[in-house]
Amino acid sequence: MSEVLVLIDAAAGKVTKPSLELLTIARRIGEPSAVVFGEADTAVLAEYGAAKIYSYADSVYDEFLVAPKAEALAALVAEKSPVAVLAPSSAEGKEIAARVALKSGAGLITDAVDVAVDGGTITTTQSVFAGNFTVAAQVTKGAPVIAVKPNAAAPEAAPAAGAVEAVSFDVTDAAKQVKIVASEPRVSTGRPELTEAAIVVSGGRGTGGDFSEVEALADVLGAAVGASRAAVDSGWKPHTFQVGQTGKVVSPQLYVANGISGAIQHRAGMQTSKTIVAVNKDEEAPIFELVDFGVVGDLKTVLPQATEEITKRKG
Amino acid sequence: MTKIVVAVKYVPDATGDRTFDPADNTVDRENVDGLLSELDEYAVEQALQVVEAGDGEVTVLTVGPADAADAVRKALQMGADAGVHVEDDAIAGSDAIATSLVLAKAIEKLEYDLVFFGMASTDGGMGVVPTLVAERLGLPAVTYASEISVDGDVVKIRRDGDAATQQIEATGKLVVSVTDQTGEARYPSFKGIMAAKKKPVDEWSLADLGIDAAEVGLDNASSKVDSTTARPPRTAGEIVTDEGDGGIKLVEFLASKKFV
Repeated sequence: MSEVLVLIDAAAGKVTKPSLELLTIARRIGEPSAVVFGEADTAVLAEYGAAKIYSYADSVYDEFLVAPKAEALAALVAEKSPVAVLAPSSAEGKEIAARVALKSGAGLITDAVDVAVDGGTITTTQSVFAGNFTVAAQVTKGAPVIAVKPNAAAPEAAPAAGAVEAVSFDVTDAAKQVKIVASEPRVSTGRPELTEAAIVVSGGRGTGGDFSEVEALADVLGAAVGASRAAVDSGWKPHTFQVGQTGKVVSPQLYVANGISGAIQHRAGMQTSKTIVAVNKDEEAPIFELVDFGVVGDLKTVLPQATEEITKRKG
Repeated sequence: MTKIVVAVKYVPDATGDRTFDPADNTVDRENVDGLLSELDEYAVEQALQVVEAGDGEVTVLTVGPADAADAVRKALQMGADAGVHVEDDAIAGSDAIATSLVLAKAIEKLEYDLVFFGMASTDGGMGVVPTLVAERLGLPAVTYASEISVDGDVVKIRRDGDAATQQIEATGKLVVSVTDQTGEARYPSFKGIMAAKKKPVDEWSLADLGIDAAEVGLDNASSKVDSTTARPPRTAGEIVTDEGDGGIKLVEFLASKKFV
């Protein structure tokens, strides 16, 4: 069966949900082989369909930026001639995908929100122009290299062999030119990852800098917390919370925008969300053009009431 | 003396009604006004700051149709020293991979120490061109820089990666993409606007770069768009005004959709 290489993202050994989604999608195309740099839970990879697991353990992959990983993956592509290469459409995943595509003479698609196989042709779907258009595309040269966004599929278990193959690869000096001199891992908030969450609760200028009501609602809903650019620029939340064109683009089942006017910058990051709810004092706020349900009111009173009501209903 | 090339893109205004050309599914660049991509202004700003803190020159480079000269002019008005505009009908419809070829060949023709890009374009938005150009030039790329300083021949960069904030140090030629976290980009001053009129802008064709037309353009792209579909407008939702029970009504809606 045709091999599909899947670049796995794992945090301290724990395979991320988008990686399991990639394995699920890879099975539509062929037989998934996981490609792992560093540690990853191989049992989970096998459970979700990895027939093989190519494991690269060298510390060189942590000391430098993406170039060594891209070299190693491109060499694997040359050796295995897979029918496709899938990567997470994260900043790092896209960079590796881009370098691998160029090195392999293959076409590249990023930001896919769906991948389908139609009569042997792999087609992708992307959401463009701030979510105003849907584009269907395909790679026409080489084995397609496709970076896929989180939530493109629901992870489905499909136990496979998961045979681990340790790979050693000599990274060239050219790939070791830029050194990471310090790295500060992002502090875990204990909440779901913004781009992966089923529900996102965001706050903007209307919070006045106090996110406590937004966070309390997020926690009773099991949601991730996001912020508008205005809130980030004011220093109320770090940039990692920003939803929008220059932050994270999210597409959850439910997006709750609080005290956010809905400028194009923000809409670009959330308007493909399935259900949109907004709370804003200004009834003229453009965010209300997008919503399925909106409350014109002060988030400082509406959100605590909603949080209390949800807590009560949960009993 | 730090020589910086800033690659910029002329894009349809994101606040306009952006659409596709139904004939070939390429971005419609006729019916929406174009401008220098907002995200590239941050790259121009950072290049100017590096040069102003020391000594050097900023050359702004664009690949695009005749109107793309506007993007070069805006960067010159902000303070860049010189411009290069690569224009050739054969380039139209190029994908990111072909675009990176044209940019890389043009950069090779220039003298440079550093190449700056915005983090992504505001139209295609893939964010991969900086990396592709670096790969072609055999250079490292430091993407998503949120702080840049040049100290002698060491470039120090802070970048906000997917899972960590990293401090990077590099020597030698380097490709950098910068985010909007680097700080506000300046507006052109009246003096800057006047001075820009006298700044040199070179116009290059594919032949000037030694690129065969068969390597670029829509017909030679390594991916193709099969269809483009406008997202149906969202149906008007229900808006209620809080009369002391806004939170309860919100929860009733969420419950009706099974979120609670």
